[in-house]
Amino acid sequence: MSTSATAGPTGPSSGTGLSAAVDLSPKSRPGERVITVVLQLSAYASIAITFGIIAALIQPVTEFFSEVPFGDFFAFDGTYAVLPLVTATLMVTLIALLVAVPLGLGAALYLSEYASRRARKILKPTVELLAGVPSVVYGFFALTFVTPTLLQEILALDVGFTNALAAGLVLGVMIIPTIASLAEDAFSAVPQAMRQGSLAMGANRMQTSLRVVFPAALSGVAAAVVLGMSRAIGETMIVTLAAGALKQFSLDPRDGMQTMTGFMATTAGGENPVGSVAYNNLFAVGMLLFVITLVLNLVSISFVRRFRQVY
Amino acid sequence: MASATSADTFPNMSSLGEAHVDNERRLPAKPVNPVMETRDLNVFYGDFHAVHDVNLSYGRHEITAMIGPSGCGKSTVLRCLNRMNDLVPGARVDGEVLYHGQDIYEKRVDPIAVRTQIGMVFQKPNPFPKSIYDNIAYGPRVTGMKVDNMDDLVEEALNGAALWDEVKDKLKQSAYGLSGGQQQRLCIARTIATKPDVILMDEPCSALDPIATARVEDLMLTLRNEYTIIVVTHNMQQAARVSDRTAFFTARPDETTGNRTGLLVEYDLTSTIFSAPGDKRTEDYISGRFG
Repeated sequence: MSTSATAGPTGPSSGTGLSAAVDLSPKSRPGERVITVVLQLSAYASIAITFGIIAALIQPVTEFFSEVPFGDFFAFDGTYAVLPLVTATLMVTLIALLVAVPLGLGAALYLSEYASRRARKILKPTVELLAGVPSVVYGFFALTFVTPTLLQEILALDVGFTNALAAGLVLGVMIIPTIASLAEDAFSAVPQAMRQGSLAMGANRMQTSLRVVFPAALSGVAAAVVLGMSRAIGETMIVTLAAGALKQFSLDPRDGMQTMTGFMATTAGGENPVGSVAYNNLFAVGMLLFVITLVLNLVSISFVRRFRQVY
Repeated sequence: MASATSADTFPNMSSLGEAHVDNERRLPAKPVNPVMETRDLNVFYGDFHAVHDVNLSYGRHEITAMIGPSGCGKSTVLRCLNRMNDLVPGARVDGEVLYHGQDIYEKRVDPIAVRTQIGMVFQKPNPFPKSIYDNIAYGPRVTGMKVDNMDDLVEEALNGAALWDEVKDKLKQSAYGLSGGQQQRLCIARTIATKPDVILMDEPCSALDPIATARVEDLMLTLRNEYTIIVVTHNMQQAARVSDRTAFFTARPDETTGNRTGLLVEYDLTSTIFSAPGDKRTEDYISGRFG
């Protein structure tokens, strides 16, 4: 800048003098390079870790299937049967979603469309605080309050000491904050102009929320539900404590049943020697859990692609 | 159509086609049996006094333009006319807003019922993220209008907004595939689908290019035959081209706080406002000396 100032008297018309004074040649910016590399590494790290986990699963899984036939694994009965674990996982997750989706989305709609600014300021952090409760606390809550007091005494249900219903209900409570918080973000991201357009047509708030805001936020809402569902499927502590450690095939939520994660937590106790069939069985169940979660995520994504409304 | 050209041709406005002939109709100096009126209208946002003592009347089947510099309160006044200001936290309205003689700010008036009678078109086109068809059908559906044949209603509304020929083959496609000007005409079609009495337009052309603007203005002149239109605009030429009456607002800074409060300076037939304004501030504004 100072050079161009000294060239001032000759004026900007002297083009050659100006180009000599101003340096536009490329400069090396090492800091910029370092930052780019660091950021790139952190972005690729999660992918690398995921593939690392899959790679670590493959060896024990192939070993397992070399000793146990597929039919014995994908069976309802037998030492290595996995299907009772799968149905238990799906049942507990379904109960959790039945609790968490209506409550979570209801809370999100209230927070974004109805609550006053002050109420939202207090309520949203409180809801998010619920997400910080350790799952073992939820597990004990299910075992010591929900089953004996809520289910057996108040609702007079004939449930076992451990049962899928209590585990599912509490699991649902656990994922409410995830769904509520993410869905609220999605609703809030819908432009105000869209709500005004709807209200100016003579629609009421409920119609505006359900027919304009909700469909416009659908992809974010679905992402919230999928994330909540993934947390429910993968959650271990609550189901180990409250659903029980008895592997049995049952479609009655009042029964105790062992989920995939519950099975893995119990079996990984250390009494199975490395390389044994029981040990490798653990990895096979883990792999299946991984695949189920992946498929559910993919299905949800394609569902959203199909039905979302882009604005 | 460049705006300068049309300003030169005022008041002939030959570029607007046959509709302009209608615009030279003889109107009484004051609206007779006005559809809407504001009486001593004052609007506050919290402690901020946004609009001071506005007295205006809006004639049936007329286009009334509200013009003035930024911050003069013209949009605020417009949003009072269908109670959209209710949605602004901390907004308070004093005075009366009469619709067919009834104060719409009275306690027993339902703002939703008000908005079904008094529709609104916004500054930026804001179609819903739905199909073109569903955008039009939305209003009749949510207001519970009795509709014999929705297809006919959609066609009628799109025809009314001069959009039918352009979209009749893609009614099921997203409204977001339309151009900005088409989207704004879709928003107008959406509004007339609920068959309102009054249409409020808040700078309806400010996000549009000159050609799209000309089409919307043509449309406004056609719609005047069936609706009462009240339009806020930054564009003086637009007010001159389309409106029957013009209200000029300005902003006056408060002596102590410096907050600018909007007030009505002059209200008259558009031809009078633009040829022989009664107030020096109006004259300065329309001749481009400020604002």
